[in-house]
Amino acid sequence: MKLRLNKTQIAQCRSIAKVVSRDVGKMISQHSTVAIERSALRVMGICGAHKKADGQFYPHANAIVDQLEKDNVLARGASFWLANAMLQLEKSAEDVAALVAEDKLRLSEIPLQKKAAVEKTARALAKAGVTKIVEQKKNRKNLLKHLDDPHDPSFKKPPMKYVIVASGNIFEDVVQARAAAQAGADVIAVIRSTAQSLLDYVPHGSTTEGFGGTYATQENFRIMRRALDEESEKLGRYIRLTNYSSGLCMPEIASLAAIERLDFLLCDSLYGILFRDINMKRTLIDQHFSRMMCALSEIFINTGEDNYLTTADAVENGHQVLASQFLNERFALDAHMKESFMGLGHAMEMNPWHPNGILLEIARAQMTRDIFPKAPLKYMPPTRHMEGDIFFGHVYDAIFNLVSVMTKQGIHLLGMPTEAIHTPLLGDRYMALKSCNYIFGGAADLGDELIFRPNGKIEKWSQKVLKESLQLLKKIERIGLYRAIEEKCFAEVSRSLTGGKGFKGVFEKHAEYFNPVQDALEVELVKR
Amino acid sequence: MSKDSFLPYGAPNHSSVKPVDLKNLKPYGDAMNDGRMQVNFTLPVEPSPEAQEAAAELMRKMGFVDVKIVDMQKASEGFSFFVGYGAINHSVDFTKITVLKVETVFKGFDEINELIRTKIKRKIRIIGATTGFDAHTVGLDAMFNMKGYKGDYGLERYPMIEAKNMGAQVPNIELLEAAIKMNADAIMVSQVVTEKDCHINNLKDLMVLADKHGWRDRFIFISGGPRLSHPLSVECGLDAGFGTGTLPSHVASYVVDELIRRLERKK
Repeated sequence: MKLRLNKTQIAQCRSIAKVVSRDVGKMISQHSTVAIERSALRVMGICGAHKKADGQFYPHANAIVDQLEKDNVLARGASFWLANAMLQLEKSAEDVAALVAEDKLRLSEIPLQKKAAVEKTARALAKAGVTKIVEQKKNRKNLLKHLDDPHDPSFKKPPMKYVIVASGNIFEDVVQARAAAQAGADVIAVIRSTAQSLLDYVPHGSTTEGFGGTYATQENFRIMRRALDEESEKLGRYIRLTNYSSGLCMPEIASLAAIERLDFLLCDSLYGILFRDINMKRTLIDQHFSRMMCALSEIFINTGEDNYLTTADAVENGHQVLASQFLNERFALDAHMKESFMGLGHAMEMNPWHPNGILLEIARAQMTRDIFPKAPLKYMPPTRHMEGDIFFGHVYDAIFNLVSVMTKQGIHLLGMPTEAIHTPLLGDRYMALKSCNYIFGGAADLGDELIFRPNGKIEKWSQKVLKESLQLLKKIERIGLYRAIEEKCFAEVSRSLTGGKGFKGVFEKHAEYFNPVQDALEVELVKR
Repeated sequence: MSKDSFLPYGAPNHSSVKPVDLKNLKPYGDAMNDGRMQVNFTLPVEPSPEAQEAAAELMRKMGFVDVKIVDMQKASEGFSFFVGYGAINHSVDFTKITVLKVETVFKGFDEINELIRTKIKRKIRIIGATTGFDAHTVGLDAMFNMKGYKGDYGLERYPMIEAKNMGAQVPNIELLEAAIKMNADAIMVSQVVTEKDCHINNLKDLMVLADKHGWRDRFIFISGGPRLSHPLSVECGLDAGFGTGTLPSHVASYVVDELIRRLERKK
């Protein structure tokens, strides 16, 4: 089942994306952010936190970067100052971090040691951290040797079934994640508290509270990973774990996810800008580092184009999704990611009462499959037109399941009949999985059996969306990405280059900027 | 037949057809007043005859008679999933039900603009935000964005309305200060996340803040969200609340009517 799409247009879209990303790439390489510095420190082993007067834990990595920022020396890179202090004081990285957190040490006041010695110390720490990450990747590979892998890179198997848990308590989430895995889920996403994307630090320790989910913390990652590993062994099937590399701590979440062997991360090049009003530069710089981390760890990224269709009309704005997918693909390639790890996102969000709407959804889903043949496309369920009628919603989701399996999507986020009512109850998830198991099983090979009528409604719609995407990309090429975002090219949202949250955390690299973790990532990725 | 008791729509006049009884209203399943309903829930025990009986017993305690557990499945280890049917032995007196409703007659785009022009004689100003930690803007955007929702233009499209959408995660105090700065007539708060009743607490906090600064009567306070209603908003101290299915013109109709009411009271 393939659509006849204009190959020249597809190639033009890709070459425009390359031009657009080249300009942005220059900006990225000249800058770093507080979040990238903290990520480097975390990979180098700074994972502690200290209790503040209000009883909350504040990470050591933040304490260090805050101090360097205040003393106006961050531009050389946090790793440099950490290693410099370690050499002079003959203390471990964590000991130095603890002294900084307790305000007993100012890193910028320590006499500068020989540059080569400082860099050697830092590189040794970075190498140890990166080795640990590479080991986690190997651990996953080993598990996949004796466990069934629900993912097939050639898409002969139905899409992976992805569900969310969002009880707001990591321990309750474990109960629900295991239940979901038994009912057929292949991927578990632990929803974060809605406030977390705008926190400029990663909370510490296990958490039992939050709004609409609980916090992403290293300890919570560990708790869920352990539970899913146990459940995977029991079921003989590898259950993947997802979290969110988005918001102000995008690169740190990526680092922690790599260390704790998460398998998927929501990691979009533009999402934070458009939907969380995070500064453009901050997001673009952060996503590059985050995706290098994903590339090294073989974490699948999931991009967020589905969101465009919840704010803009889904029938009219398919081209925004496709244009953004070309950009997301390009930015991921720039970060050394392989296409087979790019869960480019989209959604079935058209008005269900639109005449022949199901045909148009099939057209878009198949078009996306044909244009990105290797990508494990992330297909999101209806949300916008779910209004509380769980019975209609269940049927609507069933059609979504059918469209997904027949067009060979890669990652299928299950719709819940209770969407728009509450975060899923255990029973809601069970119902949704049962329906999906039925349809994915019963229509497993449907896509191989059907042929689209040449010049029929489906084919024409996909050609129209592709053509409009090319037009949009041409506009973006003409005015540049920054202005395109300012002029509402995506999701009808306008953002400015220096506006938004987190801009203060962006800085230009010093001539002697040093980041041994990023260097080690580059070396590993190029070696590959 | 009285106004509280009448034959259902289209019923042939036959002695076997029972009337709708508003004094004792019950669900209609397959016949008038049979009270039949379906129930679905999960129990944290494995399926077993005992689990099935426990499910039936729960339904009897809820006030169902003629209970049938029509399906029991293993949802996962230690969990069973039930579908039950029963006839409810409760009824309600529909004639005694009262509901607090938004006081407005819904009007169209042109009519609203015209009313503002002739009765208020200046542009009206509406500011909105999703407050607190809540990051959802879909509802807010549906009300504000030019395009609107379901073919109903958003507030930004109204020539006689100056609309400002502050987006998500706006602290209550910032919303109030922006409203003062803009000299707004109405403040719209969107709330989607409901965990631990944070939507209610956010709204109450907003009103406490407004009171504290003496701004309570300066604005028309409106809330909106899938789990919000007019009574709940009034309970939180706001003037009106809108739930699922609300269109931008509904909100605009209310704001105009309320502004006119307030102007007339001043006279």
